Amino acid sequence: MTTKAPSVDVTETLPSNPSKDARQLSYRSAFMLVLKRDLTIAMRHKDDIINPLLFFVIVITLFPLGIGPEAQTLSRIAPGIIWVAALLATLLSLDRLFKSDHLDGSLEQMLLSPHPIFLLVLAKIFAHWLITGLPLIIIAPLLAVLLHLDENSYGALVFTLLLGTPVLSLLGAVGVALTVGIKKGGVLLSLLVLPLYIPVLIFATSAIDTAALGLPYSGQLAIIAALFFGSLSLAPFAVGAALKVSTN
Amino acid sequence: MNTLPKHSPTPLISGVKLTCIREERLLFDELSLEINAGDIVQVEGPNGSGKTSLLRILSGLSQPYDGQVQYKNQVISRCREEFQQNLLYFGHLSGVKGEMTAEENLKFNLALHGNEADDTLAYLAKVNLLGFEDSLASHLSAGQHRRIALARLYQSNAPIWILDEPFTAIDKQGVASLEQLFLQHVKNGGCVILTTHQDLISIKPEQVKKIVLDYSCDGAFA
Repeated sequence: MTTKAPSVDVTETLPSNPSKDARQLSYRSAFMLVLKRDLTIAMRHKDDIINPLLFFVIVITLFPLGIGPEAQTLSRIAPGIIWVAALLATLLSLDRLFKSDHLDGSLEQMLLSPHPIFLLVLAKIFAHWLITGLPLIIIAPLLAVLLHLDENSYGALVFTLLLGTPVLSLLGAVGVALTVGIKKGGVLLSLLVLPLYIPVLIFATSAIDTAALGLPYSGQLAIIAALFFGSLSLAPFAVGAALKVSTN
Repeated sequence: MNTLPKHSPTPLISGVKLTCIREERLLFDELSLEINAGDIVQVEGPNGSGKTSLLRILSGLSQPYDGQVQYKNQVISRCREEFQQNLLYFGHLSGVKGEMTAEENLKFNLALHGNEADDTLAYLAKVNLLGFEDSLASHLSAGQHRRIALARLYQSNAPIWILDEPFTAIDKQGVASLEQLFLQHVKNGGCVILTTHQDLISIKPEQVKKIVLDYSCDGAFA
């Protein structure tokens, strides 16, 4: 390869290592920056918040209509219904976690930013949980009334959701990151993510059932907490690696 | 295939025997290049010749099939943070969010790359977007989207600029002022690697190094 001789005279040298002076690379500010951005976007694009929540409400209100109003049957299946609905509502909202950023190129820019990827990813996942997980936790006790949930179980319901929904967001993010480059990755995403959700589902419903019997449910809660901390510490790195592969 | 002539001991960014294969097609083979401070490099070639692939490989977004990219003679995966602090990549997609205003977009872009994000209005004025700073980007035109993204160039202190079709959807006046900015940037010791199908107006041909990708001549580089 031959090139035309450059006539530009390099008189000045590079700005002496700009990384040291002008750049502000604090982990906290990077985290807050991405979190604030994602929340701003969600607030202006309210579908993202309303859709999963509406799905959750609709599914739960349809069950008493379909099954019949007997309190005993309903309260027996209430934990399962609430948790399955929460799980599917999360799955419904997962796609938006990285899809639009991938389509408009902002994901590339995030991958090329000097901040560590896991930090930016963690901020995005936290924003996703605030948008989808938190509203579910707030509204679930109200819907539990419709299903005649045993009154001893309300605490367990809220605690399992509080620890469990972040796990759903974290594990789901890994699946989304892997499928974000695929045009129609929806089915693949469900296949990838749902098996990973099953332990949460089993232990959460078991905790709520145990609470209904008036027994301690801290064992199940501890396992969900372990799942939470495990995924909190590992998922962001997996997501970062998966995003790099997906944008390759 | 020989390498670009050496000017300074450490090139800012260099590719060593890069090979890129897309969809079982060889785009370039053992391409080596060195880009020094003060270079404006234009990557040329017909559509599908691998210009974007080369730029993405140089920026570290894509992995080459073979070979490696070096920043100041260090493999970029070894010095990712330092390299990315010194890199500004502008791709086909502008990375502008429709749900945010022009100013919010610019502020986020600047802060994400660790730049000061104080004087955003001045930079928006430089790309002729003053008066649009509070408009949601989704209400703006394609060219204005590109301008929002390009406004970052005015505040960037990254020496390496990799710009994929920066002039797309930009009007003549905008192109002229961008070219001035590129000249200023290389004068200050940066380098610009760009692709464009337009002729450069105010940057003289002898100031531009060219890399021609044309697989039809069996990977030969003019």
